[in-house]
Amino acid sequence: MAAATRIRVPATARRGEIMELRAIIMHPMENGFRMETNGEYVPVHIIHTFVCRYNGAEVFRARLEPGIAANPYLAFTTRATESGTIEFIWLDDDGTFEVAAATVEVT
Amino acid sequence: MTDPLLHLSRRTALTSLGLGALAVMALPGAAQAGDAEMEAALRDLIGPARASAKKGRILIDLPALAESGNSVPLKVSVESPMTPADHVKRIAIFADRNPRALIMDVTLGPRAGRAEVGTNIRLSGTQNVSVYAQMNDGTYWTETRNIQVTIGACDSLLLRF
Amino acid sequence: MKRPLAVSVVGLLLAAAGIAAAQQDLAAYVSGDRRSGFTFLAPETRALQTDEFRNPGMLWVEEGERLWSVAPPGGQSCAGCHKDAAVSMKGVAASYPAYDEEQKHVINLEQQINQCRGRQKQPALAWESRELLALTAYVGRQSLGMPVAVKIDGPAAQSFARGKEEYEMRRGQLDLSCAACHESQVGAKLRAEVISQGQMNGFPIYRQLWQTMGSSHRMIAWCNEAVRAETYPAGSQEYVDLELYAKWRGRGLPVETPAVRR
Ligand code: HEC
Ligand code: HEC
Repeated sequence: MAAATRIRVPATARRGEIMELRAIIMHPMENGFRMETNGEYVPVHIIHTFVCRYNGAEVFRARLEPGIAANPYLAFTTRATESGTIEFIWLDDDGTFEVAAATVEVT
Repeated sequence: MTDPLLHLSRRTALTSLGLGALAVMALPGAAQAGDAEMEAALRDLIGPARASAKKGRILIDLPALAESGNSVPLKVSVESPMTPADHVKRIAIFADRNPRALIMDVTLGPRAGRAEVGTNIRLSGTQNVSVYAQMNDGTYWTETRNIQVTIGACDSLLLRF
Repeated sequence: MKRPLAVSVVGLLLAAAGIAAAQQDLAAYVSGDRRSGFTFLAPETRALQTDEFRNPGMLWVEEGERLWSVAPPGGQSCAGCHKDAAVSMKGVAASYPAYDEEQKHVINLEQQINQCRGRQKQPALAWESRELLALTAYVGRQSLGMPVAVKIDGPAAQSFARGKEEYEMRRGQLDLSCAACHESQVGAKLRAEVISQGQMNGFPIYRQLWQTMGSSHRMIAWCNEAVRAETYPAGSQEYVDLELYAKWRGRGLPVETPAVRR
């Protein structure tokens, strides 16, 4: 099942304004140190990379490690340059990824 | 703090319950973090440049005391005009006693507007959180904050449910 | 085994200091001598709950919102029968568990939702499954801020009486009742946990220890195991009765779904 994601992008912004972007994804961020009932460690399973693109150009990237809490939350900023799409991409170490996007109107 | 709730026998029972329960989180031998892990993480991520890292310019916003190491709010801001000529290009965050010292490695540039990032981190217990910020000229700034953690991410009462 | 347990003066003082620090914010989370688990949290944890974006439980609420209007093959969606949840589900969670005419006994919100899964010609959703937590959280969210008010008389009276008995029954190797912790030891510490009044107004909750959402019955099972007692299965009548009694103890407290707890 696809992981649920939530994002916050302002609907409108003035050119040059610094916008706050926020993103959260439903994910256990298994750190490899949790033991199951059978005595086996749950293997590491994390979102290892998060990328934000603004009209296709990368504006923010984070390598995440198991030290990030479950259901990773990220807040960061970008300067409003032009109207368009802001895309958020999460890369899972099981090879899958999630994408969420929103549009911003820059005046 | 001791457990005012429990008589010794009960405390022993509860402690052993915490440790012996089936789903308890335990640290494998090698996972006990410490100076060696932190050293290795800094060597791999920052390399020789860390020797010349200057202290300052970084604000680490963390509670002084976190009640649960499973999720601690963290915000890092680096002073910078964030122009093409003068900006932060990397923010690396470490916790020196976590089984894995590196927590997050952020790549950004002038388009960020501000050099800042907020997230929730895991902390195995009371320790130092250190941030290394690299400028576009390659130089590093660094800052460290100590944080007390009441329930470490690994010592809560983890039961089957 | 010796009882009663020593009261933790330190714990109570710490709790009192915590209250004084944010008295105004907390007034909404208190009703008479009933105090939500919210008032026992550090300010950072409270902020995590009240920030609608940062609260991780909102991931489940949004998922529930999506599921609400998905029609299963051969059946109707929840919205097909109940229309707008903001109208039809408002106040519902505040009044559950409740007596059900069809089942002829008291059921909780998860069981009500699964009863409707039958109306959708779908199998019941498993306890602690992502879908059941999501739907329960979404329905619960429609009562946000409304005072808890469960019916304990009429056909619910028996269930309530059994729940009270269960609540006061000593159990487990530690020989402790629910009341021994959540009435006599409020503010004390159990290892690193601060014991609250054990209120039910925030379920399903996002518990940091679990690093995920959990139902009221998962919570009761956790508390049973903390005293090394037998657990009942989720959905058992014992747990529904306990839930009814515990929910009544918190009458007047606001629904906080999805609450964030340690
Ligand atoms: C075929 C129509 C139908 C569908 C589809 C349906 N329900 Fe219901 N629902 C009912 C009826 C009829 C009742 C009232 C009888 C009862 O309490 O069981 C009800 C009652 C409820 C109640 C209790 C309301 C109260 O005031 O006590 C909840 C909560 C609920 N439904 C949730 C859901 C959810 C969630 C879904 C989708 C998974 C759903 N229902 C799908 C017909 C439906
Ligand atoms: C050994 C002490 C102890 C006993 C006995 C105990 N609990 Fe708990 N309970 C805790 C602790 C510790 C927590 C987590 C911290 C808190 O919120 O109190 C908790 C939490 C809860 C919560 C969640 C409160 C919230 O704000 O979300 C509920 C509900 C609850 N308990 C119900 C029960 C019920 C019902 C019983 C009896 C079956 C019971 N507890 C027995 C220690 C106990």
